[in-house]
Amino acid sequence: MRQRRFLLLALVGAALAASVAGAATKDVKLSLVAYSTPREAYNQLIPEFQKTQPGDGVSFSQSYAASGDQARAVKAGLRADIVALSLAPDVDELVAAGLVDAKWKRQSYKGMVTNSLVVFVVREGNPKKIRGWNDLIRPGVDVVTANPFTSGGARWNVMAAYGAQRKLGKTDKQAQDYLLKLFKNVVSQDKSARDSLQTFNAGRGDVLLAYENEALFARSRNQGFPFVIPRSTILIENPIAVLKTSDHKPEANAFLRFLRTPAAQRTFAENGYRPVNKAVAREFTKKFPARPGQFTIDQLGLGGWEKVQKRFFDPNNGVMARIERQVGGATG
Amino acid sequence: MLRLLRTFCLRGVAFLYLAAILIGPLALVFFRTFEHGFRPAWDALSTPETINAFKLTLIITAIAVPLNTIFGIACALAIVRRRFPGKGLVNAFVDLPLALSPVVVGLALFLLYGRDGWFGFLGEHGIQILFSLPAMVIATIFVSLPFVAREVVPTLREIGDEQEQAARTLGANSWQTFWRITLPAIRWAVIYGVILTAARCLGEYGAVAVVSGRLQGETETATLRVEERYESFDVAGAYAISIVLALMAVVVLVAMTAIRPKEGTT
Amino acid sequence: MSTAQATVGQVRMQSERASTALSLGLVTTYLTLIVALPIAALVFESTNVGARGFWDVVSSPEAVAALKLTLWTSIAVALLNGVLGTITAWVLVRDSFRGKALVNAIIDLPFALPTIVAGLTLLALYGPQSPLEVRGQKLNVAFTTSSIVLAMLFVTLPFVVRTVQPVLLELDEEMEQAAKSLGATELQTFRRIVFPNVLPGILSGVALAFAKAVGEFGSLVIITGNLPYKTQVSSVFIFSRIESGDRAGAAAVAVVLLAISFGLLLSIGAIRHYATRHDRA
Repeated sequence: MRQRRFLLLALVGAALAASVAGAATKDVKLSLVAYSTPREAYNQLIPEFQKTQPGDGVSFSQSYAASGDQARAVKAGLRADIVALSLAPDVDELVAAGLVDAKWKRQSYKGMVTNSLVVFVVREGNPKKIRGWNDLIRPGVDVVTANPFTSGGARWNVMAAYGAQRKLGKTDKQAQDYLLKLFKNVVSQDKSARDSLQTFNAGRGDVLLAYENEALFARSRNQGFPFVIPRSTILIENPIAVLKTSDHKPEANAFLRFLRTPAAQRTFAENGYRPVNKAVAREFTKKFPARPGQFTIDQLGLGGWEKVQKRFFDPNNGVMARIERQVGGATG
Repeated sequence: MLRLLRTFCLRGVAFLYLAAILIGPLALVFFRTFEHGFRPAWDALSTPETINAFKLTLIITAIAVPLNTIFGIACALAIVRRRFPGKGLVNAFVDLPLALSPVVVGLALFLLYGRDGWFGFLGEHGIQILFSLPAMVIATIFVSLPFVAREVVPTLREIGDEQEQAARTLGANSWQTFWRITLPAIRWAVIYGVILTAARCLGEYGAVAVVSGRLQGETETATLRVEERYESFDVAGAYAISIVLALMAVVVLVAMTAIRPKEGTT
Repeated sequence: MSTAQATVGQVRMQSERASTALSLGLVTTYLTLIVALPIAALVFESTNVGARGFWDVVSSPEAVAALKLTLWTSIAVALLNGVLGTITAWVLVRDSFRGKALVNAIIDLPFALPTIVAGLTLLALYGPQSPLEVRGQKLNVAFTTSSIVLAMLFVTLPFVVRTVQPVLLELDEEMEQAAKSLGATELQTFRRIVFPNVLPGILSGVALAFAKAVGEFGSLVIITGNLPYKTQVSSVFIFSRIESGDRAGAAAVAVVLLAISFGLLLSIGAIRHYATRHDRA
């Protein structure tokens, strides 16, 4: 009789203790899977988020690698609550795999969290006077770029080049001819943007097609070169999305909302990214001058990334596959 | 006279080869690490992530090396001393892992253990293979598999089996023969095989990178930290971590040559 | 022989067979789990788009160009390794000079260095900013096919050296001394006595070097500039297919590369089998 009462008391005591412990800490761990360059930015942003009320008690596990690699890893089962990738098609891959809601683009800012631009990195003093796209196809100009088939990010370079020609009024065929001339001047097609920067650092090429945020980052680490923003260039838009399979959707969405607040956007700006928040962008016009001819992938009238991927970057029949073949001198 | 000339010629060729392909690059790694002083190197090495990364590398190496060593010796014994059909195929099969680029190894492991892979169902039952230690160990074992076997096979052939046969006629069983006669005779082959395997495990990057998920502080090996430093434009830091890996390989070599098994009865 | 001895003999034979079966079983299980399964998965994936799809990728001009480049550079590197590695092993075993122990200790370091570092240092030493000069010109082989051979040599250096060393160490010098005392020259001694004995070791190392060179990726990728049809090797081409979402195509090219490597490895094994036929009485 006494034993049973003691047991009952013990059970109640244990239940109380457990519920108290559960209420004290939120103890949510969010898994952020991102592409390689915003590591520094998120190292600052995560503590900032944790100081806010929705971020209190939220811890993060982080993974940074090439955007395409990360998309494939998440598809293969890498647990993630939030993916922050370098271009929309990588997120669309996850939509196709049923891991991200197809409506992700309907978030604020069309699902994007930062912007950047395609720029020309040149040697000190710009000896070959490279200012615009026409300078890249001059004879004797060596161009370095990442390979658009091994680096998803390098597709921004190709579309910037193509789009700039269309903006000048050239036809589709003329723009493709430009791409052919451009790639005939390409002397190195490294597997990633970081590698192409390294190649340029090592002395190869007169101009490097790069992204503004990476050029700024390299400069901040004393390994950069001056860069020129051409009059016409593409606006690089970096997407972010919460996964359907996340166990912590409220906290994950809170993080995304935080990233678009002015404070967070300023942190991104300090790390070299153009803010999507227009008000904050106006504060940084000196660091991030707007270019008169800048355009987005959607403004090219080609049907957005979905159609562009197929038309330009299909490995067998895409425009770029044909151009690489012609440049390489192969028959067939 | 001619002999002296020949010695110097051989030495010259060897030195040139080693200087151009080995010593030059190594010297440059050292130089680049300390180009800007000790600070960048120390900063890169002393962060908790880097220390965890070294621990992880050592754990993976400590699992892969013994497994591949036992396999290598058993495989070499089977290939050289035993008859069985398909011996040539097994022999070629052992080297095959090397011919796969790390990207392909990663792809194969995704095909096997990924969400929609052959063993994807394991994930639903809570058994995590990809993006955690098991896949990283499997990938490392895969890329370092052939070395012990390849070292031991030529030596086994060279020494012949007369001593082993003699031992048998004197009444020794398989295990005694192996431990007292065979193993001491192949000790150098096993030592160099273990050294190669260990060095390969320490330096493995590509395949492990694909299957690790690169979770900071959790599934990052030392080589992945090297890449992280490289991406952050901290080249000195990247080199510093690499030097430590190289030093670990040298430690393995020194340890193995110091504790080589006792000679047989000679 | 008494019946007791005969029984012991039978038991021993049976336990011999049992231990053979056991060790063989363990070896094949390990090989199956670790090697055969992944390769089977690749072969299966490559058939995902049917024979037509397989052929389309594998016969595409870019794939063929990459394959040719990969094969001839890997063969060249394997042969170079065979010669230079043997000489190096000889010098390390038979010669003595100050610092030999140090040189011996660093032979394996190409393995311990992550491929990124290997690529970066080769680029620094032999690229546009090379500190080395030959006849007044900077020694710049980066972004050429020579850079492919260079990077492959770096990652395969330990192979032949380390497979020949143990054999040389075990080699009974009595035979060589006997030959010399009978009037043979250095060259004859080497050709007739030493070489046949180290040949299996050399061939082992050459096979390893070839296989490794074929699969090399990380250290090649920076210094070669990766120009399709010109300096792009198969491993990078396969990577580009994966990145483009064409897993089956990537697997197809990987399988072809594997099949060719397997064939060459079998051939090297056959050569060794033939070359050592005298040892099997």
